[in-house]
Amino acid sequence: MPAKIHRVLPGFGLALGYTLVYLSLLILLPLGGMVLKASELGFAQIIDIATGERALAAFRVTFGASFLAAAVNAFFGLIVAWILVRYPFPGKRFVDALVDLPFALPTAVAGITLATLYAGNGWLGQHLEPLGIKVAYTPLGIVVALTFITLPFVVRTLQPVIEDIEIEVEEAAASLGASRWQTFVKVIFPAIFPALLTGFALAFARAVGEYGSVIFIAGNLPLISEITPLLIISKLEQYDVLGATALAVVMLALSFLLLLSVNVLQWWTANRHKNNEPLEVAAAKASGATA
Amino acid sequence: MKSNRATQEPRWVRYTLLTVGLGFLLLFLGLPLVAVFVEALAQGVPLYVEALKEPETRSAIWLTVAIALAVLPFNVVFGVAAAWAIAKFEFKGKSLLITLIDLPFAVSPVVAGLVFILLFGAQGTFGAWLAEHDIKIIFAVPGMILATLFITFPFIARELIPLMQSQGKDEEEAAVSLGASGWQMFRRVTLPNIKWGLLYGVILSNARAMGEFGAVSVVSGHIRGETNTLPLHVEILYNEYNAIGAFAAASILALLALVTLVAKTIVEWRMKKETEMLNTVLAPEKT
Repeated sequence: MPAKIHRVLPGFGLALGYTLVYLSLLILLPLGGMVLKASELGFAQIIDIATGERALAAFRVTFGASFLAAAVNAFFGLIVAWILVRYPFPGKRFVDALVDLPFALPTAVAGITLATLYAGNGWLGQHLEPLGIKVAYTPLGIVVALTFITLPFVVRTLQPVIEDIEIEVEEAAASLGASRWQTFVKVIFPAIFPALLTGFALAFARAVGEYGSVIFIAGNLPLISEITPLLIISKLEQYDVLGATALAVVMLALSFLLLLSVNVLQWWTANRHKNNEPLEVAAAKASGATA
Repeated sequence: MKSNRATQEPRWVRYTLLTVGLGFLLLFLGLPLVAVFVEALAQGVPLYVEALKEPETRSAIWLTVAIALAVLPFNVVFGVAAAWAIAKFEFKGKSLLITLIDLPFAVSPVVAGLVFILLFGAQGTFGAWLAEHDIKIIFAVPGMILATLFITFPFIARELIPLMQSQGKDEEEAAVSLGASGWQMFRRVTLPNIKWGLLYGVILSNARAMGEFGAVSVVSGHIRGETNTLPLHVEILYNEYNAIGAFAAASILALLALVTLVAKTIVEWRMKKETEMLNTVLAPEKT
């Protein structure tokens, strides 16, 4: 046993004790209770419920739409992050602050607004429907709502990483004869790829659980445009508590896996960063010397 | 900004990227934000004001504020306590604890509501006992507070942990070795250091608390005038095809979101300024 370390600062026991008790009561007890409830069913039956026709369709819609929304945001988020860091344009600070709107705007407000915009007589719907594109009350509407909700994730994970890219590295690439496109593909993109993936995973994880914004625009047709969180609620409203619990436990397990992969990604990003450190230090010294 | 041909995209690429990026933001952020207010005022200002004066809308506003205020002290105390333990001390299982604090970000709000129904609902673990003692948690305000706590508790802690880690513990150790009591150290040294970060966390968690829909919806029971928060009331009005009422209530929440964004930007600006000031003060010592 190592000797007990004498701690100078007070309050460790109190702070940690309070944290643990609070977390146990608010998080562990309720989640544990849910898993216990699900265990009444047994593993085979949980799988049975989760692979029923309606549940399976709901999982497919939920994960499919979430994946598409995260992909849309990965593409446009990269462009938005890039122009926010690299290009000067009027109103930039305003635009930068506006990116966080989906975090601040209640999801129900986003839901009714998007449903109204994309409905057949809405500002956007009236131009889209003659083209044969129906958004509101279709699975495409779910993708639109989830794209709105998860928009900040990719932008906000990429911004600091793009800011950290040293211009010297790009200059070196250019002076060695690389075209701008080659520099982007071979130098810039590899540097920001882990962050892009992290932003994608965060957006995906958030989208999978989303409920408030989706239900207004989805149409909520079983087998077609019904998401898993809604199916959980409708089971609950039919007093099928066990069925709702089984689906919730499966969702929780999947969320855990996502959270784990996000943490691994972040660890990977941090490690890559660490490997770059000598270069950064050198660059800082170089720029300090010239300044 | 230095313009360098070698490290800049050709002009047409720059303009294309600006157009695509800003167009995307306009379509997905700008348009919805404008639409909320246009829809709310579609039938003129008098009807808008009328819609806000509805007693049920007003009671929904009050309940939303009340729940946010009830949740706030819990989140502040938890955030400071968790950040103090995690940022200033080393102990086993620390990364597990941090993961646990991240958990609500990955749990669906619907699941966050469901877990409390399983505990306190009529058929729940404590359901019979609660009924016997005539205590209502589910389909009542206490359940809504619990669900909101579940959703919002990480915000302040997540903000304070990296901040307090970066500040280290030298200042606090100096205060203690000079004879300050724990409370004096906290009030005079720690609190002034973390006040902007704390405020930032409060702004974020408050926005979420007032806007939360899924988790609160599951445990509320939607009793008009009693367990309807503003977001839930928006849903009811919208489903009744009362577009003006729904968007009037929604416009209040959208205004709240705008206030949140402005406050957040100001606090970010203050924090940046303070670190810059600190850096210029410390810079001569380092060289």
